[in-house]
Amino acid sequence: MNAAEGNLHKRQGCYHCGLDIPNHSQFFTVIAGEPRRMCCPGCQAVAQVIADGGLENYYKHRTVEATSPESLSASEQLQAEFELYDHSSVQKHFVADLPDGTRQATLVIEGITCAACVWLLEHHISSLDGVIVASVNLTNHRARVQWDDETIKLSEIFFAMHSIGYQGHPYHPDKEEQLLEQETKRAMRRLGIAGVFTMQIMMLAVALYTGAGASLEADYENFIRWASLVLATPVVFYASRPFFQAALRDLRTRHLTMDVPVSIAIGGAYIASIWATVTSSGEVYYDSVSMFTFFLLIGRFLEMKARHRTGKAGNALLNLLPASAILLCDEGEKIVAANELQQGDRILVKPGHTIPADGLIVNGTSSIDESALTGEYLPLTKNIGDAVVGGTINVENPIQLEVTQVGESSQLSSIVRLLERAHDEKPKVARLADKVSGYFVAAVLIVAATVGTVWWQISPDHAFWVTLSVLVVTCPCALSLATPTALTAATGTLRQHGLLITRGHVLESLAKATHIVFDKTGTLTEGNLSLQNTYRLSDLSEVECLDIAASLEAHSEHPIARAFHRASRQDRVIPAEQLTNHVGMGLEGYIAGKRFFIGKPSFASQFCGKPLDFSDAPDSHGQWLLLASETEPLAWFGLNDPARKQAARMVQQLQKMGLEVQMLTGDSSAAVQHIARQLKIDKVISGVSPEQKLQHIQQLQESGAQLIMVGDGINDIPVLAGAQTSIAMGSATDLAKTNADAVLISGELMRLPQGLRLARRTRANIRQNLSWSLLYNLIALPLAAAGMIAPWMAAIGMSASSLVVVGNALRLTKLDRPDRLE
Amino acid sequence: MSIIYLLIPIAIILAGIGIWGFFWSVNNGQLDDLESPAHSILYDDDEHLIPDEAKQRKPTEPPTEKR
Repeated sequence: MNAAEGNLHKRQGCYHCGLDIPNHSQFFTVIAGEPRRMCCPGCQAVAQVIADGGLENYYKHRTVEATSPESLSASEQLQAEFELYDHSSVQKHFVADLPDGTRQATLVIEGITCAACVWLLEHHISSLDGVIVASVNLTNHRARVQWDDETIKLSEIFFAMHSIGYQGHPYHPDKEEQLLEQETKRAMRRLGIAGVFTMQIMMLAVALYTGAGASLEADYENFIRWASLVLATPVVFYASRPFFQAALRDLRTRHLTMDVPVSIAIGGAYIASIWATVTSSGEVYYDSVSMFTFFLLIGRFLEMKARHRTGKAGNALLNLLPASAILLCDEGEKIVAANELQQGDRILVKPGHTIPADGLIVNGTSSIDESALTGEYLPLTKNIGDAVVGGTINVENPIQLEVTQVGESSQLSSIVRLLERAHDEKPKVARLADKVSGYFVAAVLIVAATVGTVWWQISPDHAFWVTLSVLVVTCPCALSLATPTALTAATGTLRQHGLLITRGHVLESLAKATHIVFDKTGTLTEGNLSLQNTYRLSDLSEVECLDIAASLEAHSEHPIARAFHRASRQDRVIPAEQLTNHVGMGLEGYIAGKRFFIGKPSFASQFCGKPLDFSDAPDSHGQWLLLASETEPLAWFGLNDPARKQAARMVQQLQKMGLEVQMLTGDSSAAVQHIARQLKIDKVISGVSPEQKLQHIQQLQESGAQLIMVGDGINDIPVLAGAQTSIAMGSATDLAKTNADAVLISGELMRLPQGLRLARRTRANIRQNLSWSLLYNLIALPLAAAGMIAPWMAAIGMSASSLVVVGNALRLTKLDRPDRLE
Repeated sequence: MSIIYLLIPIAIILAGIGIWGFFWSVNNGQLDDLESPAHSILYDDDEHLIPDEAKQRKPTEPPTEKR
């Protein structure tokens, strides 16, 4: 048994997803000869498919638990949804016909948590009849599938993924994404060139070092120098091009950054070495040039990787908007691609489907889940004539819409526009290293020029070499390594602990932060309703009441109903008969001939002798539902979106660290105040739109606050983009993640105070590094200027000072002891 | 010593071939996923490939774990 497996199964959670198992539930699946306990029918079904397919090894190899699958009760509906992908009008956007008659598509897969998921998906999909190739990429969660359309339909592939607990979406590469891919490949090629040729040059350099002046004959030495020149040329001209380009851009904008001294060092040492090679005099620095380039490229490559990790921008909106829509025309229903909809079209939206465009309801009544846009966690009831927004989800009944806005002018697009504006107005963080390096570069250039002129007067023969040794000795290795090494070390540590940093300035901004603003739903709270308490009003036991409620709610996909699905102890809930859905009020149905009601108290108690109201509920916060029969009220159910377990402790720690904690939410219900009291957050702004959220944080920032914003939903995206530092939850929408500066992958809130402490230590570490390298340069510079430093001394000093910097930065790879204890 | 006049150019050519191979693999998407191949080698999903006579008999009782 390996360590990861041991850790995973030690806890008494669901064998599949690791969530707590409700006390009364009895779901088992036999895996590898042993019955394993599951938390819900969804996990049970998924585990059964995995076990039946002989893929139990997945459980042995995984290092992270699976995500809990959505309930599988709506599988017929899902089947219908997946079948949309079989239509050629939908397929033409993402499916390629290959010359041999097969088809190929790239899909984005949701729910991949570790490498074992990749293994499971590849084996399960490849085993389907008609699938020729299925390969899954762990880094960007994409699957490339090639299949024979005669034997298997694409919808069946989607369904097969769904049956083992993963969601597939078609992938359309957009321009930005293609550019990112090219950037990655270019960076890899640069790294390869620098790496391979640096090794070759080092080999030759050893010969030069050991044989210099003594045993090595001048002819051989010259030959080795020429060989090094050949090897170093591609490193300088190809691998270090980004530094030169950035330096040129900086010079044009009259803004000195680290790229300028780096370019001067690389370019200067390279040109001087060529001079030395051609004239067979002085010293060559090919080894320093290429090694310096290689190390810096590694740092940049890691930084870029971290930045791209969350970069699934191209698909973020697509996941939200459905690829197809049901158009109502004279001939009846027709399935069309969503982007072909025109203003004025009439469309049908079935329950559970995402609304494809902004529109007005012309027929039907339903409730709409707008949580993605507004953060409101309960669906809103919409009637004929009400406007609905594309990207929101129709929960209960089929509705007919007249399309009012499509594409650019739709409300979702306007959020994206708001986001772009917010990006532009984001306050820029002046980076300490950049400021220091600006002065440093200017100083070095002036000193080098002065030294050169003075030596030219004294002894023209030596002038060039002394000037060069000034440039080499002050070669900003240590200085330019000071910040990246500390940042890389700290970023790596945080990533291991579940906080992924995607922009360079984050650690510095975290260290300086004075305010931290949280979104409520999905950030401070779990983001879904759960049954908190039950109060009996009759002789029936709590469990019996719960069974009745679950039967009534069995078919609904309303968030309230899902809370009952999760809480139910039964294997298979027997749905009530003659179910009637009174939108916005509740449900009624018959169980064993008796009529029951569940919903708003005034609705459920209509036939009871004594009508009840919300004021009769056991307390005033949370959401109360009444279960009643025709004769008497039976029970109150208290539903709530509970605060995350660590939230209170996190808020307390942040406050102790001197930060002002605020809550900013689109939700306007009583739950806001309840959560605020529970977590002891004083400053709460509720019921605000995305625009108002953005305004609020901009005002704070203008008044000088250094702000961190933590959020998750679509409605948080503009504010995440506009905040100086933004952190998205791991469960957030892709669009939110791409626009955040950091992602809290694990969703463990305690990582925030830990991250903040590490950021503060990082800042101190960078200061130490900068001071050290400046000190070293201050001592070495006068000596070099006086002509007292031989090139080999300069090389040793340079390496030593770099090593000190790297060693100091390595201290950041560990969290503080108090951090670890928590 | 004059052999280095031959060996160094050969070394440069070999390095060039290595770079060419590396470029090919980058452009061909071989390095797109840097994570999962490292794990997939460890999965014991090749049991059906092992000839029956070469399979190790599993002990009926698992041996007690030693530390």
